Amino acid sequence: MNYLLFVVFPYACLSIFLIGSIYRYKNRAFTVSSLSSQFLEGKKLFLASQLFHWGLFTLFFGHLIAFLFPRAILAWNGQPVRLLILEVTAFVFGLSAFIGVILLVWRRMTDRRVQIVTSKMDVVVLLVLLTQIISGLSVAYYNRWGSSWFAAFLTPYVRSIFVFDPQIDAIASVNSLSLKIHVISAFSIIGLIPFTRFMHFLVYPVDYIWRSYQQVMWNWDRRDIRTSRKWRQGEPSKNN
Amino acid sequence: MDVRSQVSMVFHLDKCIGCHTCSIACKNVWTDRKGAEYMWWNNVETKPGTGYPTKWENQDIYKGGWEKNGNSVSLKGAGKLRGLKNIFHNPHLPVLDDYYEPWTYKYEDLFTAPEGDDQPTARPVSLVTGEHMDVQAGPNWDDDLGGSIDYARQDVNFKDLSPAEQEVMFQLERMTFFYLPRICNHCLNPACVASCPSGALYKRGEDGVVLINQQVCRAWRMCVTACPYKKSYYNWHTGKSEKCILCYPRLESGQAPACMHQCVGRIRYLGVMLYDADKIHEVASTEKESDLVDAQLGIYLDPFDPEVIKAAKKNGIADSTIVAAQKSPVYKFVKEWKIALPLHPEFRTIPNLFYVPALMPGMATVQDGVYEESNPQFLWGGIDNNRMPVKYLSSLFSAGNTGKVVEVLKRLMAVRWHRRQVTVGDVKQDVVDKAMQEVSLGKETADAIFRLTSLATFDERFVIPPAHREESIEMLESTADVKGSTGFGFREKPARGW
Repeated sequence: MNYLLFVVFPYACLSIFLIGSIYRYKNRAFTVSSLSSQFLEGKKLFLASQLFHWGLFTLFFGHLIAFLFPRAILAWNGQPVRLLILEVTAFVFGLSAFIGVILLVWRRMTDRRVQIVTSKMDVVVLLVLLTQIISGLSVAYYNRWGSSWFAAFLTPYVRSIFVFDPQIDAIASVNSLSLKIHVISAFSIIGLIPFTRFMHFLVYPVDYIWRSYQQVMWNWDRRDIRTSRKWRQGEPSKNN
Repeated sequence: MDVRSQVSMVFHLDKCIGCHTCSIACKNVWTDRKGAEYMWWNNVETKPGTGYPTKWENQDIYKGGWEKNGNSVSLKGAGKLRGLKNIFHNPHLPVLDDYYEPWTYKYEDLFTAPEGDDQPTARPVSLVTGEHMDVQAGPNWDDDLGGSIDYARQDVNFKDLSPAEQEVMFQLERMTFFYLPRICNHCLNPACVASCPSGALYKRGEDGVVLINQQVCRAWRMCVTACPYKKSYYNWHTGKSEKCILCYPRLESGQAPACMHQCVGRIRYLGVMLYDADKIHEVASTEKESDLVDAQLGIYLDPFDPEVIKAAKKNGIADSTIVAAQKSPVYKFVKEWKIALPLHPEFRTIPNLFYVPALMPGMATVQDGVYEESNPQFLWGGIDNNRMPVKYLSSLFSAGNTGKVVEVLKRLMAVRWHRRQVTVGDVKQDVVDKAMQEVSLGKETADAIFRLTSLATFDERFVIPPAHREESIEMLESTADVKGSTGFGFREKPARGW
């Protein structure tokens, strides 16, 4: 059972994520959108979206740093005050994401116009997010202090998954249902990316930072063709 | 000198009768789809009025366009830092109610209603929710002033007029209005392109048409905020933004855009302008707002100048495009005759749609119940006593530079004096000569203005540079890729993503 949940399921989710999102990005690009509903309802969205997104944004990078540099986190946690600061900060952002997602659910349920643009997958998205955030908060509250013990239980497990040498003893031995739910729902979120609006997080426009503001594109740039050796401008076509 | 070609337009407001045929032509071709019902890529507004979306010109509300920032310009409500910061909630995004909730009627009820004492009615149903609704607003809700001066009072362009001047204007007997048809300006310094975090918006190099790549748009909604003319629209169904495409499939096959082709008043002109792309930044960053019109006129190049032709050829601009630029009605109106002005140049996007301001009926007066069209005793009397104050017009067309508007109105008036003299002959020759001299207008030019204004044929109004049909499909995609398939262009059903 543990093998199924912590080895088969994660690999299934990761492969679906990899194949699915690459396929969708390359072949079904028109469907890739954040599907913002701010145009239909902007007021309630403000607090909900800000709390939710900034909460998740911070927590995502918090988890990523903890996974990539566990020693740094442990060193930081060497003093109890610093540990407390880290844990409380993380918990506050967790609460922010939680309140945000509750507000988003409430908005989606009550606003008629937003209901119209709600698909089945949006419901799935909200449910899995609720599971993820509630289980995360519960871990943080009942299994203190996560930022210290994760290095012993979680990092080895997640790393073992990524180096294709799954070690599930540590994670299986943890006596915390919420932690297990948290891990499994995290993998399911990854697996759901190609089938839901989660996709928009992959296309966050970082390249806007270094791009020039104005964009002019030639379909047939005669000057470019004359001054270069290629005779056709732009991407090479698929079959000629 | 980096010469590029731009398809530009002139709308002659004196000829616009406000029939909205252009809007309907556009709607039928492009935006009669789910999620796009509320969009009017082409709309006609009554000025003074609040427009569509309501009060779009008020950038204190919508934060569109560019603002002067030191020696350069920066986006007012978007940009790299602000855009990425506001990506989760864009505080300046207009919402559906700022436009209007689109609706249809339950016509079926007219046939199926049970027999009764009352006439059956077709109740309005929302095209968003599908439920019954009370219609609160529409795309031209203040058409012809909407039966009240309240809409006109809300017009932001009265900011330069003192309250007393405004009161005079709003007296019902004096009240006048004209129509302002609007489409995308296909700007040289487009704020929408600059604001798009995904880089989905771009300006076509060949003809300057500004487009949104539907495959790259991710609904970050920044273009809607950034466009000061509010001509980029968010499709709430597909989760993609859309805008006027200047009917580029028609342009490429040598046809006039749908709105222009259908125009009943024949107010629309389309032609190529050659411009110097090196100067865009300098022109957009012009120090004083009142200099913006002249700065913009300076960016357009003389297509007869051998130097320009040489540089254009070097840049790969086709000979046929250069010939089209020489015949361009837009070049004549804007550069040669100087009787067309851009709309709200102070937004600093360098728009490519120019307007010939309405001379009549504002210049006519009503005295003792008699409609007096013109008064030859005072050469420019009509301009000074214009019921449509010059300050108001200059707020629309010259960033507050009243001199520019007066100059245009005088030239238009001089043409009228001249033609009156030719056709009716009840004006003294010396009065006409004086008028023509003051605006330094020759008889031939005046006749040419008259001709292109009132007698122009289709081919004179629309000088469309050939897209070179042998290349026009290749401009979109490789023909071999779509061998065996139908049509060309966007072949995916515009269904909502997941």
